[in-house]
Amino acid sequence: MYDIAIIGAGIIGSFLAYDLSRYQLNIIIIDKANDIANGTTMANSAIIHTGYDPKDNTLKATLNQRGACLYNELRSKLDFTYQKCGSYVVATSEDEINILYELKKRADERKIQNSLLEKDLLLLREPNIADGVVMGLEFPDTAIIYPWEVAIALMEEAVLNGAALHLGEEVIDITRQEDHFTITTNKGLIPSKIIINAAGIHAKDIGQLIEAVPFKTQIKRGEYFVLSKKAKGLIDHIIFPAPSNKGKGVLAVPTVHGNILLGPTSDVIEEDDNSTTAEGLAYIRENLTKTIKNVPYGEVIRSYSGLRAAGNDGDFYIKPSCNYPSFIYAACIDSPGLASAPAISEYIIKNYIGKLTELTVKKQLKQRQKPLVMAKLDDEKKNEIIKKDPRFGKIVCKCENISYGEIVEAIHAVCGAKTIKGIKKRVRPGMGKCQGGFCEVEVAKIIAKELNIPLSEVLYDEPDSALGKEAK
Amino acid sequence: MKEYDIVVIGGGSAGMAAALSAKENGASSILILERNNGMGGILEQCIHNGFGLKIFKEEMTGPSFAQKLLDQIHKQQIPYRLNANVTDIGSDLTVTYVSDTEGITHLKARAIIIACGCYERSRGAISIPGKRLKGVYTAGAAQKYLNIENILVGKRVFILGSGDIGLIMARRMSLEGATVLGAAEIMPYSNGLMRNIVQCLNDFDIPLYLAHTVVDIKGNEHVESITIAQVDENRRTIKGTEKTFDVDTLLLSVGLIPENDLLINAGAQIDPKTKGAIVNERFETSIPHIYACGNALQVHDLVDYVVMEARMAGANAAKDLNKTKRKEYIFTTADKDIGYIVPQKIDPATKDPIILSFRPQRPLRSSRIIIKQNDVIIKTVKKNYLLPSEMERINLDPTLLISTHDNLMIAVEEL
Repeated sequence: MYDIAIIGAGIIGSFLAYDLSRYQLNIIIIDKANDIANGTTMANSAIIHTGYDPKDNTLKATLNQRGACLYNELRSKLDFTYQKCGSYVVATSEDEINILYELKKRADERKIQNSLLEKDLLLLREPNIADGVVMGLEFPDTAIIYPWEVAIALMEEAVLNGAALHLGEEVIDITRQEDHFTITTNKGLIPSKIIINAAGIHAKDIGQLIEAVPFKTQIKRGEYFVLSKKAKGLIDHIIFPAPSNKGKGVLAVPTVHGNILLGPTSDVIEEDDNSTTAEGLAYIRENLTKTIKNVPYGEVIRSYSGLRAAGNDGDFYIKPSCNYPSFIYAACIDSPGLASAPAISEYIIKNYIGKLTELTVKKQLKQRQKPLVMAKLDDEKKNEIIKKDPRFGKIVCKCENISYGEIVEAIHAVCGAKTIKGIKKRVRPGMGKCQGGFCEVEVAKIIAKELNIPLSEVLYDEPDSALGKEAK
Repeated sequence: MKEYDIVVIGGGSAGMAAALSAKENGASSILILERNNGMGGILEQCIHNGFGLKIFKEEMTGPSFAQKLLDQIHKQQIPYRLNANVTDIGSDLTVTYVSDTEGITHLKARAIIIACGCYERSRGAISIPGKRLKGVYTAGAAQKYLNIENILVGKRVFILGSGDIGLIMARRMSLEGATVLGAAEIMPYSNGLMRNIVQCLNDFDIPLYLAHTVVDIKGNEHVESITIAQVDENRRTIKGTEKTFDVDTLLLSVGLIPENDLLINAGAQIDPKTKGAIVNERFETSIPHIYACGNALQVHDLVDYVVMEARMAGANAAKDLNKTKRKEYIFTTADKDIGYIVPQKIDPATKDPIILSFRPQRPLRSSRIIIKQNDVIIKTVKKNYLLPSEMERINLDPTLLISTHDNLMIAVEEL
């Protein structure tokens, strides 16, 4: 019997797992995907917003601001990449200048650092701001992270501290017993006293297994372009257009690895379909002309789309079921969901879990071994490591300079990668300009060797994605 | 820091040919740095034949062609390092590489030859709409899976692009039992060699859809279908012309891009048309004593030409080791219908024959290539046809130059 079952191994599930694994509780995380962070956390803008944007008296307002603080506290503890690159919201008309004043007022009230910049100064800081921009509102504390890195780090600490992680396991039914739930999955039965539904765009489907879902939601799709590292320098800060009733608009975002993201679109879609479309990508290009110029579209190395569940009232839906107080929804987590994630977990534990069960902190907590990133080391340290294990001197991904040894470590980590995409998320081979054209085969061979399986059975991502078969 | 006369980056056909030629021309210490665990570069996975007709006068497979060069490297006792990935070169001719056996190593060279080949344009680079699923491969990656690892990546295949590797893979996968349903090329003409269209598509009854591109990719975890549509002269898709194919694999053969990060980081000038270095007639980049050749300089159609070009680069690097003379250059400019010209600049005082290579931007019938200086025609060459899939190479005797300061204009005229 588990005390708590978390359904969903995205950023929300990972923070919950991390926080709850500090207590003397028996917890399990279940996700139908084959890896951590494979849904909404997989594809988004990777921004830690400061919290000026959400309207007053919303969960989003409270939790975004608190979340941003918590990331700042957690980053040294968990050693994830966190860059305070800052952001500009830019205005191109009188109306939009008024929107900047509104945002400024809200930010001042919330004590979020900000300053208005006239065009001259803005251009000095960001020379590629579009000619039509007349004013900017700076938020120096806006940060960027690498969402998968954070989710994986959190989940690894949770697992080290006793949490059970069941990936590739789909919840197909939930029934209420006298004092607990029985979760039926495609692999078996899981009894748990408490359930937290953090299933992202599938939170509604999971809720429907036990009741008529108490919120309305729709799936929104955001498409993006990724520019190669050669585009570095186009912008140093995140550039937002003035927000509208449609949301935050199309952004240009530097990434922690030196790429630039352009997007997202925001289209309501009927089903779980993360396609990109010619229209969507054209929309991004068209909208960006308002905020930045000189975008080197020749440096596009990838386009992708991400899905997020948006609540119809515009806010997160975080509360227990009316019928079953021990079934807790963490639903409708769209932007600023990533920024709010640590606070969402804190909020759920404080307001709901703490009232359902006793929270006693474990006497001893284990800490994960931080992954070795060769690129971060100086030559002397690199040579020391290569001497000990030559695999760290053998480069597999030539675009990103990733060694054989780093890939092997990612496979054997606590929540190790078992798929080509899993490796890509953790150590980034295939993220460069050739997009895996050269190294994917090499990565697959390492997985086959380390997992002791035939190369043909190596998975790209989900269980139905084995590489191929041997030719005759 | 260990010093070499010449450090060659890349142990493929270009690198080996450049090193051999440098040795013949007096360079005494040469080192080849190869990032893979064997020499030969991309030839190792090109197990089809057709290599070597021009320079060895026989038809060989890629690995045999590479072996022939490697045998000479061994005979000449030119040292090379495997698994040696160059991470940095400097305009001061320093080279940094990392390898499993040596760790991080810094070298000093008197000349550097960049011969690190090219890479395939990916799906992301051309923003094909649809889902990101297992089953979309560049043709070269699928070739590596099949020819090196014996993995057939799919059973029902469609190919986007008519580049040579895609055509070769259409035949190769057909021979291994896959069904290739067609190939689509966005241009109204093929980008692959005629012999490959005939031998790899026509002989296998594989249709080629010219002026078509992929507009959607569907599936759940892996590719289940792709949709193509016709495009107009501005490459915009024409609604109503969609055709859907049930396939599990989409191969991409949509262009090759010279690998030039090292040169860019060192500050060398890059030609936006070739995406390779800007070089003079000696294949020297804008950084003195750094040379570029092979597919790292410009994407070639035949490996024989890669070898010929690399031999020139290697010879020049060796001969120029002690020269520091600053040169004044004239530039080569392309008239309409010509995509690019290599070299981009010429020292008019040169005594050596100049090779001008270029590709036409569209297929041309019986044509005259005209080389002009200051509007005076200094050479013409007649051609029965010109195709974008074939690289043209024109020999120009430098004594034909009539001026030391007027640029060269290369034009093409359909007769």
